[in-house]
Amino acid sequence: MGRKLLIHNDKVPNIHTLEVYRAHGGYASVEKALKTMQPDQVTDEVKKSGLRGRGGAGFPTGMKWSFLAKPEGVPRYLVCNADESEPGTFKDRYLMEKIPHALIEGMITSSFALGAKQSYIYIRGEYFYVARILEAAIAEAYAAGWLGKNILGTDFSHDCSVQVGGGAYICGEETALLESLEGKRGNPRIKPPFPAVAGLWGCPTVVNNVETIAAVVPIVNMGGEEYAKIGVGKSTGTKLISASGHINKPGVYEIELGITVEEFIYSEEYCGGIRNGKKLKAVVAGGSSVPILPTELILKTAKGEPRLMTYESLSDGGFLTGTMLGSGGFIAMDEDTSIVKNLFTFSRFYHHESCGQCSPCREGTGWIEKILKKFIDGTANESDVDLLWDIQSKIEGKTICPLGEAAAWPVAAALRHFKHEFIEIAQKKKFVDISHYNRLNNIRP
Amino acid sequence: MGSQVHGAQKFDNAKRTETVFSEEAMKTAQTIISHYPEGKQKSALLPILHLAQAEFGGWLSPETMDYVASILKIKPVEVFEVASFYTMYNLKPVGKCVLEVCQTSSCWLNGAEDIVKYIEKKLNIKVGETTKDGMFTLKVAECLGSCGTAPMLQCGASYHENLTYEKVDAILETYKNEGRLRSYTDLDYKNTL
Repeated sequence: MGRKLLIHNDKVPNIHTLEVYRAHGGYASVEKALKTMQPDQVTDEVKKSGLRGRGGAGFPTGMKWSFLAKPEGVPRYLVCNADESEPGTFKDRYLMEKIPHALIEGMITSSFALGAKQSYIYIRGEYFYVARILEAAIAEAYAAGWLGKNILGTDFSHDCSVQVGGGAYICGEETALLESLEGKRGNPRIKPPFPAVAGLWGCPTVVNNVETIAAVVPIVNMGGEEYAKIGVGKSTGTKLISASGHINKPGVYEIELGITVEEFIYSEEYCGGIRNGKKLKAVVAGGSSVPILPTELILKTAKGEPRLMTYESLSDGGFLTGTMLGSGGFIAMDEDTSIVKNLFTFSRFYHHESCGQCSPCREGTGWIEKILKKFIDGTANESDVDLLWDIQSKIEGKTICPLGEAAAWPVAAALRHFKHEFIEIAQKKKFVDISHYNRLNNIRP
Repeated sequence: MGSQVHGAQKFDNAKRTETVFSEEAMKTAQTIISHYPEGKQKSALLPILHLAQAEFGGWLSPETMDYVASILKIKPVEVFEVASFYTMYNLKPVGKCVLEVCQTSSCWLNGAEDIVKYIEKKLNIKVGETTKDGMFTLKVAECLGSCGTAPMLQCGASYHENLTYEKVDAILETYKNEGRLRSYTDLDYKNTL
């Protein structure tokens, strides 16, 4: 069994209440930080831990914190990105729903390190009921003195509140999130200035993912060096993986970074293998944006080494033969899956979610969806395969925010590894959805 | 030359608003506004639009949006540009229960299309339509973060997961019998991960 630091208590009855959470060691990081540490020491521990952003980009958290501008007399903010919307990802929802105080404790400890008197948790609107759970936990924390004025009798005061969004994937991009938090359309801002200098209402702001903030709790409790001992190389600590698709045991798993992909898919501790005795065909390892890989490349790198669940190993080989850890949205597909149809669902998603600000993304995502629809309808020509490649190559790197890349990469990867499926449809002028058997009855008897 | 219809009169919010929050809703709105610094009350716009949608029949009419603008002391266009950007706000009337079936990858892999077809047949409507009795509207949605419990549909605050045809039958039956408007802001959500 791997070590668990974030959701080890998820099965404890009533762990969502302050009383039970506290009885299991909750809020110890706040006590330790506020009573025995200086804010910069907390940041140093996070730096030593090697923690990297768990939302998808994997940027070192301690470094992000150290960029925060601290001009005199200007408020600073911590904003939690709980706009989890990357298809295949549901780990933050699980953490917030099961152990809401883990996030709130992380918000307080992190805000102490950053010198933020106010923090916001921006949660996607669809998770309205999770916002209710968080609000109930925040009310408990206020009543017990963990939030509010002079926490634990120290000089540190902190307020935290939740804001629900309105249903827009783009608000997971940090500058779009800030726009939305200001009550505007979720149009990403041009960077620089980065939020660390001019973020919420123009004030210095740190935006971190739910899991990142929750990870600050064990880091402060055990020390950054101890935390860094878990994992491999620059992939330290544990990571929540959302596992879905054609596996026997879908769900949220906390893994030690560094286990093999093979163990994750086939061991009983995690996914428990592929359903109905089928063979694995492909995996999207880190949420819809990252390149899809066929079985042979997800289990082993191009060099023939076992692929590990780490930032480095998953991206080994670049995009030619590798992928990314991303948000940890792990979607496994069995041998009967049509990669073309799966790509169509992704591309329809990106077209729907493009904010419309940049032409390459606004127009390109629409064209990609339209052309893929031709494949689904069986009316595509072989030249459409090249056209798809051409369009995706003209989006990447040409937009304000990374939604452009997120929309282009899945198309490029599907064409790179499964071009024959596209060609076959175009030649036969017919699309047979090989995955179209009654899954409802097959899968859940 | 036709007469000028836009911008000719001075805009007066007070004269236009007949839509008014209940006392309880107004209290909630004020609490939301209190979460933001002085002068930054516009930040409360998204949550208050959710509140307004739940209060005023499940959608945002121009009157409702004007009312929200008057509460937040912002221009009506600032409300409209936001309401029209985010997918959770309905700018046209909808049924009392809006069924949103997720259709993105993991849900598709697990039979979301079959669920959509089943509901279409059962309610005798297509995606985007509302039943004649005004009870149900059927929509498809993009990834709702329920991939490990696919297929799923959202109705108001409730996530209905690991769907089967039998479960869909039971959900429709329950909602029809209750016969009330279901909103994202409902407190009686039924969700289990």
